Order: sequence, then C-alpha cells, then structure tokens
Amino acid sequence: MNLIAQIEAEQIAALGKTIPDFKAGDTIRVGYKVTEGTRSRVQMYEGVCISRKNGSGIAGSFTVRKISFGEGVERVFPLYSTNIDSITVVRRGKVRRAKLYYLRDRRGKSARISEVTNYKPKSDAAV
Amino acid sequence: MRSGVIAKKMGMTRLFMEDGRQVPVTVLLLDSLQVVAQRTADKDGYTAVQLGAGTAKAKRTSQAMRGHFARANVAPKRKVAEFRVSPENLIPVGSEISAEHYLAGQKVDVSGISIGKGYAGAMKRHNFGGLRASHGVSVSHRSHGSTGQCQDPGKVFKGKKMAGHMGAARITTQNLEVVRTDADRGLIMVKGAVPGSKGGWVTIKDAVKRKLPDGVPFPAALKMAAAVQETPAEGGEA
Repeated sequence: MNLIAQIEAEQIAALGKTIPDFKAGDTIRVGYKVTEGTRSRVQMYEGVCISRKNGSGIAGSFTVRKISFGEGVERVFPLYSTNIDSITVVRRGKVRRAKLYYLRDRRGKSARISEVTNYKPKSDAAV
Repeated sequence: MRSGVIAKKMGMTRLFMEDGRQVPVTVLLLDSLQVVAQRTADKDGYTAVQLGAGTAKAKRTSQAMRGHFARANVAPKRKVAEFRVSPENLIPVGSEISAEHYLAGQKVDVSGISIGKGYAGAMKRHNFGGLRASHGVSVSHRSHGSTGQCQDPGKVFKGKKMAGHMGAARITTQNLEVVRTDADRGLIMVKGAVPGSKGGWVTIKDAVKRKLPDGVPFPAALKMAAAVQETPAEGGEA
C-alpha cells in the first residue's frame, strides 16, 4: 500500500463512520448537520441516489435527487463528510445504470423506479 | 532566518476537519533529511546549511560526492540543497531534521520544478483569448493577435508574451498553510497544490511575506534519538 492510500485508510478508520451499502437507484435519507448561528441541528434530506462517484474511499461522493415543491433538487455529499450525521437506506431500487441522469428529463410516472424485492446484502468483505 | 527543508512530493489527498470542512492537502515527505555541510562567513563569505535528502546508492554517487558525504559522516543523499541561515541558526553537521520543524497553521513557501508542458501556444501559456470562432477568422483561432505597432518601433519588444516552452521551470508557491505534521513518518501536509510531479523534490521555507508564528523551533527541530543511533552505523560504513 502506498503512502497516500495508507493515510486515507487511517483517516477513514479515525472518522469511524459506517457507510451503509447503497447504490444508484436506492432511496436514501441523509442526516446533514446544519449550523444556524450558534445552534446546530440535523436536517433530513431524502431522495433517490442517482450517482456514486470516485469509489468508496475518502474521495467518494454521491448525488441525491428529490422533487421539492415541484422543482428538482440535487445535492452532492462527500461520503465521509463530518457534516453527515447518518445515511439510511429507505428503499432499494432496481435500475440498470450506474448513473441515473436520465431522471432529470423525466417527471411523474416515468421517473419511478421499481423496488428490489429480493435484495441480498453483500458479504462483509465487499463492503 | 532559519533553515528550510527538502521534501519529496508524495501526492494529494483530502482531510475532513471536525467542523465539517474538507481540506485538500499535498503530502510531503522528509526522507532522512540531514545536514551535510555548513557554509560560514569566514570560509565561504556567507552562512548557510547544506541539507541532503533521500538515499542514493554509493556506487552511483560520484567519487567527489562520496568524499563530501563521508566527511559529514552521513549516508549518500539523493538530493542536496543549500539554505541561507543567520549565523546563530547554523545546525551541526549530521543532525537529522524532523517534520516538527513546521507548526500546524504556519504559512510556508514551497518551491519545485513544475511539470513540463512542452511547446505551448499563447492561449495555454499566457491565458490569451485567441481569435474569434467566426467573422472571417480562418485557421488561426488559437493564435495570439498582434505583437506590436508599425514602423515606429519597428520591432517586437523584448519580453512579449508569445508561444514557447512552458513548464519544467522552478516555481515557488507562496503562503501555503501547513495543515498537519507527522513527526514519526516525517510527513508535512500542506493545503493546496505544490509545483512538480509526484515523487519530485521540493524545498519548503518559512513564508517570506508572513510573520513567523511563536513557538517555531530554532535553529531547527532535530531528531535526537535517531541521530544518536545512526551515527555509529554510518561510521562503520565509512
């Protein structure tokens, strides 16, 4: 393992986060820490994960899309951000693409994703 | 004025801070960085320390340099550089400098040889705008425009920005923040990018445009235990 990979592995261990197994198409709920003045609270953001980028390492990120008051909203979260309080998978989606950017052009019925009914978690080695 | 250090650029990564910030950092490694020689006012007319970093194979080091390293009682070094210091900040020959030489939060200047770009046009080299995509422009969309006036100067002025060789030059990036240091592994993490490619040598100095923070070690942060252990081993070698 080279030095940079070693530093990144150490940092992931130090952050002590458990990232659930999720991929594009899954509906996820992200608890994001928001600081308003001196008070900080956790804001929930729920939507469809439409892409996972740069692997599952320290540089990884994911995009969550939701329709908010009739307007499409997308947010990109770094996987290991210290501002993320929790990530929970709400629903497993059945999709055939890694990046669901086609959802941007769709509305309503055609933007639905069917649910995976026979989801099996990966073995621990893969996570 | 205290000494700088020679470091090896290992690559870039990011650090997540407690307050939610993420900081892009370049990881720089101090690889067996030792003082090889001193320059003094009586002998050389100026005061400086000569540092050496990395490890070179003895058989690939020239006879002259082998003699130079043997006199300092250090193993042959891959990279050697001098740093001007004030006379009270001279460091004894053979002592090894540790990464605690810099404090977290301190600003530093980092110099290195930038990545070579070859022969580059004016748009890439000097951020020129190029010519228009239409309105009669043919073939020369990425060219520079006029290079001067008419018969009156009758020449192109010296220093005119034009196409030419870009990169592979010594570049100093000023006021980079030291985010973290790791003395055990000899790592210095600096916010942002530094010149050069991975595996290249850079020199780090205290920022010339900032005041030195309180508590920086003078003349340098030295590896005490390591220096004691290493000296006899090298004595046997020489």
